[in-house]
Amino acid sequence: MEPFHAEPNYIIEEAPVFSSGHNACPGCGEALAVRYVLNSMGPKTVAVIPPSCIAIISGPQPYSSMRIPVYQTTLEASAASAAGIRRALVRQGKDDVNVLVIAGDGGTYDIGFQALSGAAERNEDMVYVCLDNEGYMNTGAQKSSSTPYLAYTTSTPGGKPNDKKDIAEIMAAHRVPYVATATVGYPEDLARKVAKAKEMRGLRFIVVLTPCLDGWGVPDDGAVRVSRLAVQTGFFPLYEVEEGERYAINVGPTPGWPVERYLETQRRYRHLTADQVAAIQAHVDHKWSLLHARAKVECVPMFQGAEI
Amino acid sequence: MTTLTTGASQAGMPELLPGDVRMLLTGNYAVSYGAMRARPQVVPIYPITPQTPIAEKISDLQLAGEFDVDLMTAESEHSAMSACITASLTGVRVFTATASQGLMLMHEMLHYASGAMTPIVMVNVNRTIGSPWGFWPDQTDSLAQRDTGWIQLYTENGQESLDTVIQAFRIAEQLLVPAMVIHEAFYISHALEPVVVPAQERVDEYLPPFAPQHRLDPEIGESWGNVVNQDMFYRHRKRLGEAMARVPETAIAADTEYEALMGRGYGILERYRMEGAEIAVVAFGAMCGTARVAVDRLREAGVSVGLLKIKLFRPFPIEQVRAAVAGVPKLVVMERNFSPGVGGVLHQELKAALYGMADPPQVHGYLAGVGGVNVSARKIEELVGKAMTEEPVAESVWQR
Ligand SMILES: Cc1ncc(C[n+]2csc(CCOP(=O)(O)OP(=O)(O)O)c2C)c(N)n1
Ligand code: SF4
Ligand SMILES: [Mg+2]
Repeated sequence: MEPFHAEPNYIIEEAPVFSSGHNACPGCGEALAVRYVLNSMGPKTVAVIPPSCIAIISGPQPYSSMRIPVYQTTLEASAASAAGIRRALVRQGKDDVNVLVIAGDGGTYDIGFQALSGAAERNEDMVYVCLDNEGYMNTGAQKSSSTPYLAYTTSTPGGKPNDKKDIAEIMAAHRVPYVATATVGYPEDLARKVAKAKEMRGLRFIVVLTPCLDGWGVPDDGAVRVSRLAVQTGFFPLYEVEEGERYAINVGPTPGWPVERYLETQRRYRHLTADQVAAIQAHVDHKWSLLHARAKVECVPMFQGAEI
Repeated sequence: MTTLTTGASQAGMPELLPGDVRMLLTGNYAVSYGAMRARPQVVPIYPITPQTPIAEKISDLQLAGEFDVDLMTAESEHSAMSACITASLTGVRVFTATASQGLMLMHEMLHYASGAMTPIVMVNVNRTIGSPWGFWPDQTDSLAQRDTGWIQLYTENGQESLDTVIQAFRIAEQLLVPAMVIHEAFYISHALEPVVVPAQERVDEYLPPFAPQHRLDPEIGESWGNVVNQDMFYRHRKRLGEAMARVPETAIAADTEYEALMGRGYGILERYRMEGAEIAVVAFGAMCGTARVAVDRLREAGVSVGLLKIKLFRPFPIEQVRAAVAGVPKLVVMERNFSPGVGGVLHQELKAALYGMADPPQVHGYLAGVGGVNVSARKIEELVGKAMTEEPVAESVWQR
């Protein structure tokens, strides 16, 4: 029994905004996310991008992989920069133009969080997409506050001692109109959420889990598989929150699939002991039950009868 | 180009033209009215003493329906400046104001603004920078931003601040260089004076709507900020320098036209009672007002002394400064700022500007008002007397 499903019947409609020939590592999960985000937002969009792999994908002067105006801002200023654009557009009567931020987890969870929280409190009118590759990949895979517990990064060579911040819940607590989680292994779900956010007003936030080949230690053809395993093992459930309280879980874990199946696909978890894997499993189970409680749906235990 | 000043502004109560109103305003409120007349469309702002009354007045004027503006109450000065840049790049006129720690927090974005050629106008109210904490008039905050690519204009009273805000938009938008208008804490920011608020129609005539050719707009498709190579960076910096180099002539023209329309002008420098001067006080900001009194008294006592007021500090108007001091044997800089390891910033910049000049004046540098300590007219008279009898030293000298 699969209690949650991802509307696989959704038909993705893509406007040709994102081009091939960009500078991402071949097979990068982030580039795939950029495609579905931009092509769902469409050409009447102004994008704000801070330093990150996304900026590299966007392209160096005079090239651009994006057929829309892109403003590359500073690492901590994305939400404030987008607010300035929106306010100027409104003053010019151009209310039909979308303002889109695409920022990394470092630029969102860490250094850019103050600006994002301020923009959320003011309910600034923008779609803010965080491409979460769980570290500072552009600067060589250091930890961010999105890096999961015990994951190796170049600044946590012994494994990160602290847990990943729960950005979706933090944003939901701002009671913004829309918060969603998504990942590239579920493109219909991702595209649908972007298209849905586009039709709303106020601050709409989508965090997209985007496997980084180099930073996570995943083969060139592994991004989509790893992304799906993150969802299937309960590590990264796909859900939506409207107005901070109306929860809908879109894709939950496949019963009986232990988190180990996800961890073992990545070099950054290679050092884990059996006890550490068990600790991560317990943590994933606990968070899943908390999400259930918030979503007010009956909790279906993930590992009914499964051996871990 | 040596049109220095008309000096008209400093002579008594400013004249009223049809539609003008005279109001009793603090320096900060004068700024708010000046900003209102310039019709910025977006004002991202964050409060800090002693700038806060500027933001409060704008809020009041907006609520009263007098000022049609989008006031964005940002969560930090960094975000306020970030939003200023993008609003300007999207094609609207932008104003903001800050002071001290707020200006420090903006530092990264000040460079970003000039790099993006966004003609933002910002008022900075000079206040000491911590630590330790203080609220005192000291120009170190704005002077610490002198390499950020912003025009810097220092004013000495509320009327001049109001007029300069309007002029600053004109200069900034013509050259696509952001401009800072700077006045000091309390001496100007909170001091009440009669101020003429010019008629809206005349300001509209002076300042046409901002309509930049390049902007963030899907219809146009232009982008800004992505990575450039060394050669592009070199060319871009050179281009910014060329725009800066045109500031003095542009500012003089902006002031001349302003004076023709409004009846008040200031120049980019002012030579006050410099005829036959044996020595001249060089100062900027509020200290100029006090120095005028000292100069008048000394002149009465038969001392040949004048005042050179530096209004445009960045770019430092080297050519105009040299012309203004030619033939004066001695200059004495008095300032309220301190750069540890350098001394008084105006002292150092002035010496650099005069280097290589034929028969340059001797230059004394006195750190007179650092930390906001009061520099009275008596003190200025005393310091002028001291400079007249001493040989100058290379360093700036502490004087209380
Ligand atoms: C103020 C500031 N500090 C540090 C940097 C250096 N820097 C550039 S990108 C980056 C990491 C970004 O990480 P993330 O937002 O997760 O994006 P990713 O590279 O992983 O896509 C850092 C630290 C910077 N550009 N600006
Ligand atoms: S470093 Fe990682 S996130 Fe960045 S382009 Fe390469 S695979 Fe993508
Ligand atoms: Mg990252």
